[in-house]
Amino acid sequence: MSAAAHTDHGHHHKESFITKYIFSQDHKMIGKQFLITAIFMAVVAVILSILFRIQLAWPGESNSVLSFFLGDTWAPDGVLDRGMYLGLVTIHGTIMVFFVLTGGLSGTFSNLLIPLQVGARDMASGLLNMISYWLFFLSSILMLYSLFLETGPASAGWTIYPPLSIYEEAIPGSGAGMTVWLLSMTIFIASSLLGSLNYIVTVLNLRTKGMKMTRLPLTIWAFFVTAILGVLSFPVLVSAVVLMLMDRTLGTSFYVNDTIIAGEVLEQSGGSPILFEHLFWFLGHPEVYIVLLPALGLTSEIVATNARKPIFGYRAMIGSILAIGFLSFIVWGHHMFISGMNPFLGGVFVFTTLLIAIPSAVKVFNYITTLWKGNIKYTPAMLFSIGLVSSFITGGVTGIILADSALDIAVHDTYFVVAHFHVVMGLSAIFGMFAGVYHWFPKMYGKMMNAKLGMVHFWLTLVSAYGVFFPMHFVGIGGAPRRYYDYSVYEGFDSQQFEMIMDLNVVISIFAIIGGLAQIIFLFNFFYSTFKGQKAVQNPWKGNSLEWTTPVEHVHGNWPGEIPEVHRWPYDYSKPGADDDYIPQTVPLKEGEEDH
Amino acid sequence: MGMKFVVLVVVVLAVIAIAQIMRVYELSSKIRGKREEDIDLRVNNINASLMLVFLLLFFGSFFYMLAVYGNGMLPEPASVLGEKIHWLFNVNWIIVIAVFLLTNGLLFVFAWKYSYHPDRKAHWFPHDNKLEMIWTVVPAAVLAVIIILGLMTWNEITGEPSDDAVVVELYAKQFDWTARYSGDDNKLGFSDYKLIGNAEDKSSGTSYSNPLGLVTDNSVLWRVQGLNDEIAALDENIELEANNLKAYSQANLNKMNAKVEKLRRIRERVLDMTEMYGDSINAFAEDDFVTKELFLIKDQEYFFVLRSQDVLHSAYFPHFRAQMNCVPGQRTSLKVTPTITTQEMRSKDNIPDDFNFILMCNKICGVSHSNMKMAVTVGTEEEFIEWKNGPLATVAINDSIVAPAEIDMERMDWPEPAHHGDHGEEHEDEGHNDHAEEGGESHGDPHGH
Ligand code: HEM
Ligand SMILES: [Cu+2]
Ligand SMILES: [Cu+2]
Repeated sequence: MSAAAHTDHGHHHKESFITKYIFSQDHKMIGKQFLITAIFMAVVAVILSILFRIQLAWPGESNSVLSFFLGDTWAPDGVLDRGMYLGLVTIHGTIMVFFVLTGGLSGTFSNLLIPLQVGARDMASGLLNMISYWLFFLSSILMLYSLFLETGPASAGWTIYPPLSIYEEAIPGSGAGMTVWLLSMTIFIASSLLGSLNYIVTVLNLRTKGMKMTRLPLTIWAFFVTAILGVLSFPVLVSAVVLMLMDRTLGTSFYVNDTIIAGEVLEQSGGSPILFEHLFWFLGHPEVYIVLLPALGLTSEIVATNARKPIFGYRAMIGSILAIGFLSFIVWGHHMFISGMNPFLGGVFVFTTLLIAIPSAVKVFNYITTLWKGNIKYTPAMLFSIGLVSSFITGGVTGIILADSALDIAVHDTYFVVAHFHVVMGLSAIFGMFAGVYHWFPKMYGKMMNAKLGMVHFWLTLVSAYGVFFPMHFVGIGGAPRRYYDYSVYEGFDSQQFEMIMDLNVVISIFAIIGGLAQIIFLFNFFYSTFKGQKAVQNPWKGNSLEWTTPVEHVHGNWPGEIPEVHRWPYDYSKPGADDDYIPQTVPLKEGEEDH
Repeated sequence: MGMKFVVLVVVVLAVIAIAQIMRVYELSSKIRGKREEDIDLRVNNINASLMLVFLLLFFGSFFYMLAVYGNGMLPEPASVLGEKIHWLFNVNWIIVIAVFLLTNGLLFVFAWKYSYHPDRKAHWFPHDNKLEMIWTVVPAAVLAVIIILGLMTWNEITGEPSDDAVVVELYAKQFDWTARYSGDDNKLGFSDYKLIGNAEDKSSGTSYSNPLGLVTDNSVLWRVQGLNDEIAALDENIELEANNLKAYSQANLNKMNAKVEKLRRIRERVLDMTEMYGDSINAFAEDDFVTKELFLIKDQEYFFVLRSQDVLHSAYFPHFRAQMNCVPGQRTSLKVTPTITTQEMRSKDNIPDDFNFILMCNKICGVSHSNMKMAVTVGTEEEFIEWKNGPLATVAINDSIVAPAEIDMERMDWPEPAHHGDHGEEHEDEGHNDHAEEGGESHGDPHGH
């Protein structure tokens, strides 16, 4: 299916409700389907986190919110069950990382923007694209279903380290819960692979006339590299998962060696849990960039548009995306410094990991320089983009400490790590996602979201997000391990430590609750505007890229007539000599004018 | 229930109310012809000022927390390597904080300063090779320093222990720790997970337990005895079923049969051990002693050998800034030299009088993960000797409990099936003596390292 085959679309053939809204093959509709699903999953994940934050701040106290959501089974007398605590943490992490920030973010924006910004009628394969969404949907349902299992959901942490994740006798969640988790993730990965292949092919083959790779918006570069990372790394997780399934059901010993579980001496011998850690993090580290890069891509576009300035160092930005993409494959061992891996290897990973800080720094400085002497309009999207740059900095710098293996010894698996990755990945990606939704909402729904509500949403979210994750650094340096039901271990040993952890945990949980509630503003704004929002104009933000040349009302095939030809890069904002402060990509270069 | 209903009604009403307010707002902006994308200057300026306000708040709260919780309030590091880590942490911390303040500062100040004004046009500045060069090279140089300092410390931490390091095993299982001191010879006796278990001699009523799976002549005999009993009990049930005296489901029967076979295979390997270890079988275990509390001597280097029985655990000493994972079927290690005694710690100003060092588990290991701990005391050598002779430390392997004289030691004559024949025996003599020389390593399974 090439772009040409599509040109006759858009005029005739009425679609039924089912082919238009449910089994749609149109990339714009599929993007929206991903978004709505991801929003739903995010709401669930936020609620789960508030439930376990209640336990952390007020351990062992009866709480009616807990009994409301978890009932007598998992919160007898309103006190969270220990096993369920770990289940909540596990499913919260899994949903956020994979379903919201991978499936949701790439699924929504790669789908929506790739054809629109490269100038294609649709994705290379609409059918695969549709299948990709429905697999995502199925895997989401399965993951949610696992919360209702009698023995509880998977509870070995989102990193599912064996042998804990293999034996039901080791933790109840490793029974049916883990089986469903593995099934769900396998389907999820299939979905992600289909999507990624589609994105790659579309970017490579379906660009409109004049759209050279060096004229692509940075969004597309980011989605493109993200898709490549996904295609290269997710299959490794599949193999890790298959080997684990074999260990679980066939009694093989890939990850098991000389263990006794619940008093039963097992014969499995010769495997190693460390093998799993390698396989997991070979995906796991690229995964964090799979989450982050699309968010960076979205903000690059938004920052340039709203600062009315070209993004600074376009080529360096592309270069750093590529460098980050490449390096992210050779740093996975920084999650395993104290796993029992050879210390020499640890040293190598220190080196490669710290290298990645260089392209990251380049990106940060380029964003900041883009703002310098800009003419900044504070749309909600722009606010969230600034939030992203801030959280990327704040989380990135702590990465430097963690990457130093000697220091990692002191803080590995403490709340310092939790703070690091939530700020650098969680916040950045969520901010990027919000920015994207506010910015491209007119493209998705033909309506405008309410800007004032968006601003209130931003400030509340920014303050509560830092309120949650900033103190966490200190809790972590203070020796609070992650995945602890409570910190009573310190009682009778170091009461000062115990009190400090407890005090800060209360602060953190209160901010978490405020931050969670603040999202109601967004939800309201989103759904209200979908139906009742102000009707959008074609190019509300005065942007240069191609999506703003399509009509507000969606047409199948995106452009009613010819696909426009591209003559310049997308960042000609406030170019000297031009009348307007923006020049769309479709405007031919003037006599003697230079392409960037 | 009534309460929930009321809450629900209130929520629904609130949503309706907000929707109505929005409606009015939207209508009025429609009348005024205001478009959502046109942020008016006043609102834009408010957002810009909020950038500055936020920056002040952000940095203010950061400095406040730094002042109050600076090093996480953990007392000063109480080990030699901990001090080094602490120093390195501070160096990095300063660099990191400088970068954090500089970049966040620039970001929010620019965001505040360059907010929109209709009379201004943004400065056309698409790239500048020199600038970009600077902010590639400068971070690279700083990182080079960080890497070099870091790797120097890392090598020191992971390097060989000194010759007079005392070897102690930390044995992890759900959900507790056991410490095994290597005793006067400073060598740990061999251990093998297949020997872990209890056994009873019904005729004399004596019983024997081997929680760490130490390998000695006696423990092998006891384990065979235990396995014989287990197999016999299962066989009996299977027999009963065959005579229609019990009604097991087929699934249960299969399970029992499989278990008998498995236990027989394990028994075979246990029977091999005596020969496998040869003369050295009893060599190092006799002076080992185990405790559920750790007592360390100040300024003495310890070489901890970590083992796990079931799932991953992690030995985490927050006050020593030391941590290492415990991996089932593998031995990992950790060096610690305590520098401050518990008493000295307690006498410091800002430390509570009931302070104690602690060993925790820091790798999710099950439902009671957060309860898995061991008390650690640091004292003088004299205190250690006193403690060692006290009630807390017990012999690791009680070989005074002699195994029953008549244990069925007959080897099974079933053919060793090819697919599990490769589990250990053949490789066994690849020099466990060497390992014993090294001090830490005990033996039993060649895959273990
Ligand atoms: C300057 C760049 C960065 C460096 C040097 C760095 C370094 C590290 C290191 C060494 C760890 C392991 C810490 C430990 O487990 O003890 C870690 C954890 C993590 N990092 Fe980063 N990081 C950087 C940026 C990022 C970015 C950009 C993301 C995400 C977009 C990210 C996401 C994560 C996540 C998710 C984890 C924890 C996973 C877990 O244990 O559950 N990091 N980082
Ligand atoms: Cu990583
Ligand atoms: Cu543990």
